Amino acid sequence: MSDAAQSLRSATISVLVDNESGVLARVIGLFSGRGYNIDSLTVAAVDQDRTRSRINVVTSGTEMVIGQIKAQLDRLVPVYRVADLSKDGPHVAREMALIKVVGGGEARSESLRIADAFRARVVDTTTGSFVFELTGSIEKIDAFIELLRPLGLAEVSRTGIAAIARGVGTL
Amino acid sequence: MNAVTQAAGETAHVTQAASGAEVLLRCLRDQGVEVIFGYPGGAVLPIYDALFQQSDIRHILVRHEQAAVHAAEGYARSTGRVGVVLVTSGPGATNAVTGLLDALMDSIPLVCLTGQVPTHLIGNDAFQEADTTGITRQATKHNYLVKRSEDLARTVHDAFYVARTGRPGPVVVDLPKNILIAPAAYEPAGSKPHRSYRPVTQPDPAAICRAVRALKGARRPMVYAGGGVINAGPEASRLLGELVRLGNLPCTNTLMGLGAYPASDPNFLGMLGMHGTYEANMAMHGCDVLFNIGARFDDRVTGRLSAFSPDSFKIHGDIDPSNIDKNVAVDVPIVGDAGAILRAMIAAWHAEPAPQNSGALAGWWREIAAWRAVNSLGFTQDMSPDAVIKPQYAVQRLHDLCKLSMRDTFISTEVGQHQMWAAQHFHFDRPNRWMTSGGLGTMGYGLPAAAGVQVAHPDALVIDIAGEASILMNIQEMGTLAQYRLPVKIFILNNEYMGMVRQWQELLHGSRYSESYSAALPDFVKLAESFHAHGLRARNLGELDGVIEQMLAIDGPVIADICVDRAENCYPMIPSGAAHNEMILGPENAGRTASITDEGLMLV
Repeated sequence: MSDAAQSLRSATISVLVDNESGVLARVIGLFSGRGYNIDSLTVAAVDQDRTRSRINVVTSGTEMVIGQIKAQLDRLVPVYRVADLSKDGPHVAREMALIKVVGGGEARSESLRIADAFRARVVDTTTGSFVFELTGSIEKIDAFIELLRPLGLAEVSRTGIAAIARGVGTL
Repeated sequence: MNAVTQAAGETAHVTQAASGAEVLLRCLRDQGVEVIFGYPGGAVLPIYDALFQQSDIRHILVRHEQAAVHAAEGYARSTGRVGVVLVTSGPGATNAVTGLLDALMDSIPLVCLTGQVPTHLIGNDAFQEADTTGITRQATKHNYLVKRSEDLARTVHDAFYVARTGRPGPVVVDLPKNILIAPAAYEPAGSKPHRSYRPVTQPDPAAICRAVRALKGARRPMVYAGGGVINAGPEASRLLGELVRLGNLPCTNTLMGLGAYPASDPNFLGMLGMHGTYEANMAMHGCDVLFNIGARFDDRVTGRLSAFSPDSFKIHGDIDPSNIDKNVAVDVPIVGDAGAILRAMIAAWHAEPAPQNSGALAGWWREIAAWRAVNSLGFTQDMSPDAVIKPQYAVQRLHDLCKLSMRDTFISTEVGQHQMWAAQHFHFDRPNRWMTSGGLGTMGYGLPAAAGVQVAHPDALVIDIAGEASILMNIQEMGTLAQYRLPVKIFILNNEYMGMVRQWQELLHGSRYSESYSAALPDFVKLAESFHAHGLRARNLGELDGVIEQMLAIDGPVIADICVDRAENCYPMIPSGAAHNEMILGPENAGRTASITDEGLMLV
C-alpha cells in the first residue's frame, strides 16, 4: 500500500439525516463503537419544517478509514446523504467561540487590542473580565486562544464547526 | 350533543375502533407473517390478547427470549423470509440482545417487537423498564420507539422493509403499552417509498465489464462466495453455479455461504478460512484474480491480512458498500445484490470476446489437484467395534445416512469444534439448509434455530449438530420441542470438553486446561426423557450407525449423545496471525504453533 494511503488526514464530513430521536446517538455510537476519532461535531435542524438535520463531523484517519466512515454513515437508515467536504472540493468551515478573560491592568487592555486585531466582539464585560465572541476557522480560533492564554484566559466555549461546499453544488 | 356531532363522533369511533395491538397484527398479516416466536409479559399482554382472538398468525412459545430470536433466525434462514419475534419489556428485551447481535453479524432479516412501559413512565425507572432502543442500537440494523399511535402502522411496515432490503438484518420496534391499548389508525404496506433508506441493488455495468475481463483473462482465477449469495435467494446460488461452470472456475464457500455452491461438484474446493481445506486456502493464496461475491473478508477467512492473497487482482461484489475496502483493499468494487451481480457477470462473460487462457487454467487445476491430494480433512478412525468414535467420523456417518434417507435435511449447529467438523464433513448441495452462528459465534444457537427451521418445514429432517457444552446454553428449548411436537434431532458430539477452548489451550497455552472441562454433565438420555423426547447414546464405534439410524427413524425429538474422542483437535487450522499458506494440517505439525508471535496470541 502506498504511503499516501497509510498517512492520516483530517476530513470534514457533512451528513444529512432524518431529524428523529436517537439519530445523533446512532452517529456517535458508530464512531465510538468502531474506534473512529471525533475532533468536532455539530448538529442542528436545517429545513423549515425541522424534519432534517445536518451533522458536521471533523475526523481523521487514513484514506481507507475515512472511506469506511463515509460508507458506515451512509448505511444508517435515517441518513439521506454523506459528503466528505474536504475531499469533494473547496469548502468553507467556520466555528464560533466564546472566550472569557479575567484580570486587570495592562493584560486587560492588551487582550482587548488582540481581540480587535482578530475582529472578535466583546459580548460581555465587567471591570474584571471580558467575554469575546469570535467566528472563524479552527486555526484562527486556536491562535486567538493561544494569544490570550498569558493574558488571563479563564474559560472557553466552542461550537464546533459548521461547514458547506463552495460554489453552486449542494449536499 | 346535537345530531351532527354525534354522527361525526360515531364515524370516528368506527374507524378508530381497532386497538394498537390489533392494528399491529393486521400489519403483520399484510407483511405475510405466519409465525411469531415469543414469550409473554406485562407490557405485551395487549398483543397476546389480540393474538388469542385470531387464528391467522401462529405463536410459538419459547422458554427464553434469546431462543425466540435464534428460532426466528432459523426460520428466516431456511425460508428466506423475515423472522418475527415478540418479547416483553425490560428483561424480555435484554434477553433478546444476544440473538439480535447474532442476526446483525450474520445478516439475517428479523423484526423483533419489544414491549415497553407506557410512554408517560418512560425514563422513570418503572417496573421492567429498559432503554431498549438505547441498548439495542448497536445490536440492530435499525430500531424504533413508537411514541404516537398514528406512527404505529407505518413504523411496523418500515421495520419489515428495512429488515429485508439491502443487507438484511434485525430491526427492533419498541412498543409502549399505552400505544398497544389506545386506538390506532391502520395504514396498508408500501403506500410510499422509504424517505432515506434506498439501498443500491443493481450493479454498475462498467464495474461488471472490468470484473469479467479480469476474471475471464485470469491464469489462476478463484471464486470466494459467502452468505450474501444465500441471502440473495436460491436463484443467486443457481447463477453462481452457472458462472463457475461457465468459466470452469474453482469455487470456495465461507462458513455462511455453505450450500451456495454444491459441495458435491468437482469445482468446489470446500470451505476456506481458519478451519477450511488446504486446497481452498492455498488457491486463495496463489490465485491471480479473486472474485469475492457476498462475503466480507472476515478475519476467520483472511488470516494475517498483510499476507492475504498477496498477488491477486481483487473483485468484490457486495450489497453493503461499507464492506468494501473495510479489511482488504480491492481493485474492482461492485455494489449490488449478489443475484443481480451474478446475472450481469454471466451476460458480460458471454459478451466478452477474449477467450479464456485454457492452458493456464488447466495448469491451475493441476496445482489445485495436488493440494487436494493432501487430503487435509483426513483423520484416522480405528474401525474395530469397540473403538472410540472420532467426531469427524460421526459427522460423516450422519451425513451419509441422512443422504440415504433421501429426506430434505436441514442442519443447525452450536459453536465450537463440532461446528467446524459439521462444516467440513456434512456436505451441502443446496442453499438455506445450513444454519450456524458465524459472525458472533453464539453457543446455544443451534437448538432454538433448529426449532425455528422445523416450524417452517414440518416434514423435513432437522438436526442440530451440537457439543455437550453449547447444548446446555439453551437446553430449556427441549420444552418447546415437546410442546409443538417438533421432531428435531440433537446430535451431540460429546467430548466432555469445551473442545475449541481446550484445543487453543493445548496449542497456545501449554495444555493448561483452565476451566474447559465439562464437569458434572447431565445424563443426556435421561434429560431427553424428562423433556418427553427420546434419548440415545453411542459409546463406541459399534453403536454409532445403529444410534443414527434409530434417531432418524423416530418420529419425534431425539437427543443422541455420541461419546467421541476427548482429545481430538479440529484440523486443518490456520493459527492466529498466520497466512493461508502456513496451515497446520494435523497433530504431526502442530508444533508450529510454538512459533506464534505475541501479536498472533492476542487475536481471538
